[in-house]
Amino acid sequence: MASTQESPNGTVIPLPHVLLLRYPAHFSHINYPLPDHLFHLLKPWESPLPLDQFVLAHARSAQAVVTTGGISFHADLMSMMPDLRLIVTTSAGLDHIDLAECRRRGIAIACAGDVYSEVVADLAVGLLLDLWRKVSAANRYVRAGRWARDGDFPLGSKLGGKRVGIVGLGSIGTEVAKRLEAFGCIISYNSRKEKPSVSFPFYTDVLDLASNSDALVICCGLTPETHHMINREVMTALGKDGVIVNIGRGAIVDEKEMVQLLVSGELGGAGLDVFENEPHFPQDLIGLDNVVLSPHCAAFTPESFFNMCQLVVGNLEAFFSNKPLLSPVALEEV
Amino acid sequence: MESIGVLMTCPMSAYLEQELDKRFKLFRFWQFPQRAQFLKENCGSIRAVVGNATVGADAELIDALPKLEIVSSFSVGLDKVDLAKCKEKGVRVTNTPDVLTDDVADLAIGLCLAVLRRICECDRYVRSGKWKKGDYKLTSKFSGKTVGIIGLGRIGTAIAKRAEAFNCPVCYYSRREKPNCQYKYYPSVTELASNCNILVVACPLTEETRHIINREVIDALGPKGVLINIGRGPHVDEPELVSALLEGRLGGAGLDVFEKEPEVPEELFGLENVVLLPHVGSGTVETRQEMADLVIGNLEAYFLSKPLLTPVV
Repeated sequence: MASTQESPNGTVIPLPHVLLLRYPAHFSHINYPLPDHLFHLLKPWESPLPLDQFVLAHARSAQAVVTTGGISFHADLMSMMPDLRLIVTTSAGLDHIDLAECRRRGIAIACAGDVYSEVVADLAVGLLLDLWRKVSAANRYVRAGRWARDGDFPLGSKLGGKRVGIVGLGSIGTEVAKRLEAFGCIISYNSRKEKPSVSFPFYTDVLDLASNSDALVICCGLTPETHHMINREVMTALGKDGVIVNIGRGAIVDEKEMVQLLVSGELGGAGLDVFENEPHFPQDLIGLDNVVLSPHCAAFTPESFFNMCQLVVGNLEAFFSNKPLLSPVALEEV
Repeated sequence: MESIGVLMTCPMSAYLEQELDKRFKLFRFWQFPQRAQFLKENCGSIRAVVGNATVGADAELIDALPKLEIVSSFSVGLDKVDLAKCKEKGVRVTNTPDVLTDDVADLAIGLCLAVLRRICECDRYVRSGKWKKGDYKLTSKFSGKTVGIIGLGRIGTAIAKRAEAFNCPVCYYSRREKPNCQYKYYPSVTELASNCNILVVACPLTEETRHIINREVIDALGPKGVLINIGRGPHVDEPELVSALLEGRLGGAGLDVFEKEPEVPEELFGLENVVLLPHVGSGTVETRQEMADLVIGNLEAYFLSKPLLTPVV
């Protein structure tokens, strides 16, 4: 592993130390080379030490950390790296990073930006289409040989004219809205703030949005404010013909209540890419035909991984050459 | 109109049966196992046939009904109606265009997403408990893929409009290039298949379009290509499609229609890169009701000597 580089005027300067919190699956999945020639990469997975001990022994000098969703990057771990100035995360959400500590220490964060927006929006629309047109259930029906035996499959529901409420009109939510408009769906949304440049009707309250929608598509981030925001009352307002698509985070929905409402028929259906306690999911959903379950893979395509790898390297390069980050998180707004 | 005999060929809509019962003397053909005898006894009163994409009105049925004046089909495609025979005998024919366009186009995109993103397979993966043992593999992005459409009629155009919202470049094949159309035209299906990632069959079934998806087209689409069929089963040479999928010469398929419905080639049941649907392109509560209303509207118009709503012949 190179640990120095030669500057244009011939002086030898050390490569910046970058800790990869875990093996970056994005790179390995698509055989994208790790940027060993640009940075001194610290790789805890190659060591037998637990992560915190590895950091104390080998990574105290790290100026930047690359992290992913699903692994908590908390203040204790950050405190072991006094020179830490940048966190690059490959996940769309930021719920695994102690943002208050970053704010306090002035640590910058680069996020996935728009890299996943299209593929996540695609899956959201795919799940909604699957629910209303019963695609997965019909595919099971055919494969079980029931078409010839039991006759026609039950009818689905038409997309055109349906009212879809987008919860969180950020980059993903905007892509979802754009796609669903082409199907003749009527879009409205809820967000922390009304977006002045958007013509869709805005609801301050997610309960009002649910009362006026046939479907809710959850596209917001998980924060203390959005934790269990989709509670029993909201789901009851959506009603027995209403459906939920969640491609945000599992804990935005009160999962226990949702399962009860689905089982009792008080909620019409759910398309879920995320769950509260992944990779576990409520076993009561297994027998239901009105749910479509997906293993948190909305962002998992070779195309989006390639763009993500480029973005990680680009953010690190920008940071260490004192240029603006490509996908900075505005910490004061989070 | 209560004395007018209307023959419904197979079950297609409980609502349509109920509404026809209110207005006409409705015969449910499937309830009479002795078909020849039934026709012999009732051919004097049957003046209309209501068929669909499964059972229409073939030459034999038309010949057996000397008083037949109109075939009102609960479908947009009329491949199960002998149109030449109807013309020859002066029998009028109507279908249900427009009202089902959106549903069929929606389902075409639903199939694209389900095949590329492996939605049905992911659902099975989670339900079977495999997620605990590891992540599902990567799936293909749909947005931005080139969508090639065979037949840029009402349904094909509706599919194109939806694909554009996913930033998909659209190209097409049809008998003739459409004037004032911004999509790229290919004069042959093979050329279209060579130049797109996803090929969608959206044309009517005619003698010219039977087996329009043959081995050459499948090979042009290739091991990364995906075929979507929301047209009719016989558009595709099914044994060729099955072997291409089994041999990995084609990347995947989303099929709503099959050559011998409701039979589906069982070799496909084990494949994760196919999505198999029981001909539900127009299968929504809303659309089936509109189709039924159109079937009744055409019959009423005919027997009241008013202009037909959606005449074909």
